Formats: sequence, C-alpha cells, structure tokens
Amino acid sequence: MSIVILGAGPAGLAAAHAASSDGHAVTVVDDNPAPGGQIWRGGPARWRDPRAHALWEALRQRQHVRFIQGARVVAAAGPHTLLLDTADGPRLLPWQRVILCSGARELLLPFPGWTLPGVMGVGAIQALAKGGMPLRGKRVVIAGSGPLLLAAADTVRRSGGKVVAIAEHQGTRALAGFFGRLLLGHPGKVWQSLQLAASLLGVPYRHGAVVSAAAGDQRLQSVTLRHRGREREIACDFLACGFGLVPGVELGALFGCTISEGRITVDGGQASSVKDVWAAGESTGIGGVDKALAEGRIAGLARPINVADWQPLNWSGAPAQPRLWRPCWRPRFAARRQPCATCAACLPSFAAARMCAAAQLEPHARQLALAPSCKPGPAWGHARAGCAGQRVASCLAGKRPVCASQCFLPVRPA
Amino acid sequence: MIVDVNGTMVEVEDGASVIAALVVADTLCTRISVSGQPRFAVCGMGQCQECRVTIDGSKHRLACQTPCRTGMVIRTGERA
Repeated sequence: MSIVILGAGPAGLAAAHAASSDGHAVTVVDDNPAPGGQIWRGGPARWRDPRAHALWEALRQRQHVRFIQGARVVAAAGPHTLLLDTADGPRLLPWQRVILCSGARELLLPFPGWTLPGVMGVGAIQALAKGGMPLRGKRVVIAGSGPLLLAAADTVRRSGGKVVAIAEHQGTRALAGFFGRLLLGHPGKVWQSLQLAASLLGVPYRHGAVVSAAAGDQRLQSVTLRHRGREREIACDFLACGFGLVPGVELGALFGCTISEGRITVDGGQASSVKDVWAAGESTGIGGVDKALAEGRIAGLARPINVADWQPLNWSGAPAQPRLWRPCWRPRFAARRQPCATCAACLPSFAAARMCAAAQLEPHARQLALAPSCKPGPAWGHARAGCAGQRVASCLAGKRPVCASQCFLPVRPA
Repeated sequence: MIVDVNGTMVEVEDGASVIAALVVADTLCTRISVSGQPRFAVCGMGQCQECRVTIDGSKHRLACQTPCRTGMVIRTGERA
C-alpha cells in the first residue's frame, strides 16, 4: 500500500514514522526545501527539539520512506492520483492512503499601507530570520495579537534587531484572562511566557494598541499606532503584524473533506469525512507541536477499513477538541475589520470584493480571501478553481483533464 | 557564498534563503504589482505569493522558500 503524507512538519514526521513502522512504503511531500515544517524550520542542522532529531534519525534509516521536498500539490489528477509541481517539473503521485499534515497559516488583516515592502506577518519575520534574513541594526515594530508576538520579538532581539514597540490588539483585561487560562490549562507555557517577557524588558509593550497605518516611499518607513485614543508615529524598517494562526484547510478542501469552524473535521482516530483520507496537526485545529505529534502518530497508525459503506467514527458527547488542546487564545477580529480593498480589481467575482469596494488599498488577495472576516462564497471557489487554475493544471499534467473542483492553485495576488 | 542580485554580488551565509540575499543587497522589492507598486515577502512560508522573483532565468520562484546556491542569478522588480 502506498501511503502519502502531505507536509513534513511535526505531524507529518510523526505520521511517517508511525505509518512506516510495519514496512509500508511512505512518501512525504513538502513544499519547503528541508523537512520540519514551520516550527522545526531550517532542517535537521538547526533543530533544537530532541523529538525532531529522534523522528528524523528513525525515518532516515527506513529505506521505504521517501521524502519529496520543494514540491507543491497542484491538483487531484484523477482518483487516487495527485499532481505535484516540483523543481524538476510536474509529477504524478498515486496514493492509496493520504494523511494531510498541512499545518497552519498566519491570519493577516489589512490596514492602510499593508502592502508596502517591509510589512510582513509575525510568524513571517521569525521564519525569514531563521532563513538568514539579516536584522542586525534594523528597527522592528511587532503588532497584532497573541503569544506569538513575544516569541517574534525574542527572535528579532536574538538576531540583533531592535524591537521599538510591541502593539497587542487585545486590551489588558483580555490579556489577564488569557494568562489565567494559561495558568490553569498549560502551566508549563506560563514559565515560557515569563522567560520571554523577561528577555524583552525595556521594550514598550502596549495593550489595546492598533496599527492604524503604515507609510513610506517604496518601502516601509514608519508605522502609526493608535493607543488610548492617541496616534503615534514610530520610525521603523520592518513591521511584523499578525493575528494568530488559522488551520491550513485548503488541501482538505481539495480532497472534499468536511471542514467546519475553519478546521478539517476528524473523528477520534484522525479520519476525515472522506474514505482513505486522514488529517493531523494544526489543520484539524490550532494546538501546537505536542498536539501535532500525538495526532500524527494516531493518523500514521490508523489503517483503512475495507468496507463499502465506510463511516467515520463518531464520539457521541465528546468535545470537538479535547480540553488539553483547546486554545486559550481566542482573538477577536471584528474591531480590526477595516474597509479594504482593490481586491475588486484582482478577483472581480470574489465575495469580499463587494464587502470592501470603497477603499483605496491593495490587499494581498489570497490572505484577505482566507481571512474569516471575509467569508468566501461560491465565487471564491470559482476563482480558486477557475480558468487560470485549470489551464495551468492541465498544462502541467500534459493535457490530462483535471476536474475544476479538484484543482488547488495559489491564487496569486495582482 | 556569493549570489548575484540584480547585477550586484552579495555574500550570504550557507543555507540562507533568497529573501536573505535580497535584504543583504538592500533590495526590498521582489516584484511590481499590476498597479505599479513594489512588493516584498509577507507570509514567509510560501502562501502569499508576493515574493516571486526570477532565479537563473526561471520566473515566479518563491524567494522565501528557495535556498541560495553559489552563483545564483536573482532578478527582481519585474511585473509579475
């Protein structure tokens, strides 16, 4: 049986380890140049988590485990076949079982000037700094919401950059509530947060602060923060602004899996609503590396049941997400929703375009489209699987017909 | 290792991404949008598609997910 695992982050590696333990052939497909996903970024030489090394050492010794790095899923090219876009050109990959470990992405929300070079996500500045982007001597403003802000500030500081301000969108009361829940549910993380906070002593940390605009000529030069009714302009070289993580569910949609509340729906054994498709890690709900490792292992150990009327297992009465993994952080975005964007020009049929037709900003259409504040309607599905996608997909597949609804391509911002 | 960013030779560490080379070269523009505005990396993980550059003649390569190689020729600022 050929088992295909999409994503080589913690969930993908744990799934590959479990699935290959009895000799099954496993292929892991990942779009980064090295395994590890976002949390274990940069490949084995940079990993500090011993679990990553343990998994990798075990996997390397198994001849029947194959890694395809730098490859992206483009479409479902027929039943049980995936079309990949690799560095060496298109490639068809047959599968009998697939485990989706597509991780998460960052929620970015628009504000005037958000397309200026130098404005990026909070996770993005961490990822890029780990990828060698020099920050020495650069002034960085970190904004948005969530615990990731502190982690990013720490990364910037370690890389020699100067964090000139941290602007947390949530007010003081919400933050206190968060730390209370953290203390109850994840005491280990409290210690981690305190250590981070200690390392950032002296950096202004504003609660209830909002980025009202970014400005600059050809590149970011300053950020305007609104805090306690006053606006203040801060000169900087980079702005990292993100509002937490959201599950990466696009691959689940490609396979036709049920997605609810922004997560791929899985049963207690990580099976999705589609036969032979499992999902694990952040794509089934944001929960961090421990959840990803546990779910990856469960999904990897699962075996298909060969019955015609296959039904996913339902735990009656069980919560959708066990308490251990339930996030303490529930960012509220409504206040951030600003009218935006010339996405009207990028994707004319896109539902969000009508929502925000009035503004003069240019959005990153794809990020905007995926923001929960802009619920994609059928028009979005059309745009995603539309004529451009179909054309490229059939071209890649050597004119093999590709069903429009089974095509997944990144919609490129204009 | 040395790479070519728009004709300027810059030195980057082993394992650095193309984005790192662009920042070393002080080139904060990967592409020009249809409305003529400069763009740069936003998500850092291959999703936003803003960091498309031309690498060794091959267009639409994502700078954030491509590691530098010695002698690599990177061209930015194209309408893409």
